[in-house]
Amino acid sequence: MSLVEFLQQLINGLSLGSVYALIALGYTMVYGIIGLINFAHCDVYMVGAYIGYFVATDLHLPFVPTLLVAMLGTAIAGVLIERIAYKPLRRSTNISLLITAIGVSLLLENGFNWLFGGNPRTYPHDILQQSNVELGPVHSDTLHLIILGTSLLLMILLQVVIYRTKIGKAMRATSTDKDAAELMGINVDTTISATFAIGSALAGAAGVLVAILYSSIDPYMGIQPGIKAFTAAVFGGIGLIPGAFVGGIILGVIETFVTAWYSQLSGAIGFIVLIIILIIKPSGLLGKKVSEKV
Amino acid sequence: MKKLMACVLSLALTVSFSACQAGPSGSSAGGDTGASAQNSAASGETIKIGVVTPLTGQTSSFGQSAKKGLELLEEQVNSAGGINGQKVDFLVQDDEGKAATAVTVGQKLINSDKVVAIVGPLTSTCANSLAPICQQYQVPMVTGTGTNTKITEAGDFIFRTCFIDPFQGQVMAKFASEDLKAKTAAILFNNGDDYSKGLAEAFKSNFTSKGGRIVAEETYNTGDKDFNAQLTKIAPKKPDVMFLPDYYSTVAVIAKEARSAGVKATFLGGDGWDSSELFSIGGDAVNGVYFSNHYAADDTAKEVVQFIKDYKAKYSNTVPDAMAALNYDAGKVLLESIKKAGSTDANAIKEALKSYDGTVVSGHIKFNEKRDAVKAAVIIKTVDGKEKFFKKIQPDA
Repeated sequence: MSLVEFLQQLINGLSLGSVYALIALGYTMVYGIIGLINFAHCDVYMVGAYIGYFVATDLHLPFVPTLLVAMLGTAIAGVLIERIAYKPLRRSTNISLLITAIGVSLLLENGFNWLFGGNPRTYPHDILQQSNVELGPVHSDTLHLIILGTSLLLMILLQVVIYRTKIGKAMRATSTDKDAAELMGINVDTTISATFAIGSALAGAAGVLVAILYSSIDPYMGIQPGIKAFTAAVFGGIGLIPGAFVGGIILGVIETFVTAWYSQLSGAIGFIVLIIILIIKPSGLLGKKVSEKV
Repeated sequence: MKKLMACVLSLALTVSFSACQAGPSGSSAGGDTGASAQNSAASGETIKIGVVTPLTGQTSSFGQSAKKGLELLEEQVNSAGGINGQKVDFLVQDDEGKAATAVTVGQKLINSDKVVAIVGPLTSTCANSLAPICQQYQVPMVTGTGTNTKITEAGDFIFRTCFIDPFQGQVMAKFASEDLKAKTAAILFNNGDDYSKGLAEAFKSNFTSKGGRIVAEETYNTGDKDFNAQLTKIAPKKPDVMFLPDYYSTVAVIAKEARSAGVKATFLGGDGWDSSELFSIGGDAVNGVYFSNHYAADDTAKEVVQFIKDYKAKYSNTVPDAMAALNYDAGKVLLESIKKAGSTDANAIKEALKSYDGTVVSGHIKFNEKRDAVKAAVIIKTVDGKEKFFKKIQPDA
């Protein structure tokens, strides 16, 4: 592998990793606050892409309003999912919550398939002008840079929200001890709703951006990136916001290099590395050894 | 609160159930013939034929065309008095392009609907999974589009009315080295798909035996959307042609990414490229591509002209694609064989199919000893977002 090719593959890996990171942020945030692995997250991502699709094709809105409407729509969807499906089970075991999350995921996928058909739809990718960016001998394109920038920005923003704002303090309190937080006058319902709203809005943004990148959407588009993003979140240390970003990027880079080396193994190696990391550091790359939280 | 929850949950259940049922329920036979077919079905006078095709999922645009082609055939046959005095009823089931679903809906057609034969499945992966089942229950199965070699190896009840993957790979390899004068080629294919693998292998062996060199051979998995790692590896090897044997929704994305990764090769493909969606996803990157196909809509053979006229009349001027034509053909070969057999007995139909010899839309069909149709392929070139007939390649005698 020549140096130029190596650098280009590194950029490819960063691009792919930034897609994983963007989706992983929402996964890890919800887990960090309420300890639920929200398997419906990747379908909220799909919902975001569909909202963006209808807004851009039927209302002919430009990129930024499309993105904002999709984020708002998925935030509402996230809160509704929490209220309808998860809240009634808040006092039950984690495993029933997990199964409910899988149920919501299947409901969204098949519901959308039923409502809008399983036909892949061509995404209105011209709402965001894409152009190649030459960086010396290697190249990337504007969209990949936007996705990388967005996930970096959102990671910082999330850290600020969680550690510097009042609602963030409430989130951390809820995460530590729900009952004690309630006794201290924190409205746990509102806090959890806010968590889901923010997490789902992130998924919505990711949905629109990635759909523009790959030009087509279908009701099952969330499954594969969802698994990868979940892996990335675990990889970096689930519940930790910077972990999702780091995990996503590293998974993307590893996968790209493995594919470039021997493409038949691309699916497997990422997960082999995950298993190795988890054997050595069970709480993920950035995770600290803590006793069972929540 | 509990009551409300129960309501919501039961509603959710209903929705998810109807979602599962959406394919089958929305897909009974053609609109105008449906009612009469159902009436006579009660008295047991219709010939029920199962159709297994993807109406949803990644290859759904193929399945929708297939359904339209067969509904046209059903209407034509029934308005001409049916087969042996009986009306024909095509029961269309959605296999979502998935092997497991094809088996489920196929078994339903055989066991509960008691179909006399099956047309389909449309994709090779699904046809491979359903063929052994049809063989086991001794239900004749005719696939119009399953091009993978293994399908008809399942047994003597399995027929196909299209050419096979090695032939497509062979045609494209021959075309690349003789017409395009290509010396080097790259192959990028889906490692988890029988169709994609079959074409890739055939192209590779034929291209090398003609003196060409394969400079890169890379794979990906079903569902992948990012091919930059493979393409970055291929680009510096500067192949003359790049063979992309997969379905339109994937190859359109590959073509786009390949161009921005600096791959300058001429793209070559198989019949999976044939869809109008190709251009809306791939844009400019899929112009100037050559792919092999079963039929070209701008061909001037009389069967083609007649079929296009009838199809346009029924479907508000839509031009039929190859999937519509091929499934129409598969249905027609089957119905003509049932007519010749004079009964719906599985063995009689099987024998009639074996000796079939006739010309349908996609050309002259006669089965060889492996129950595969021997017929010509056409090469299509994409120009300005349109498919143009380029040349016809006959099978080696």
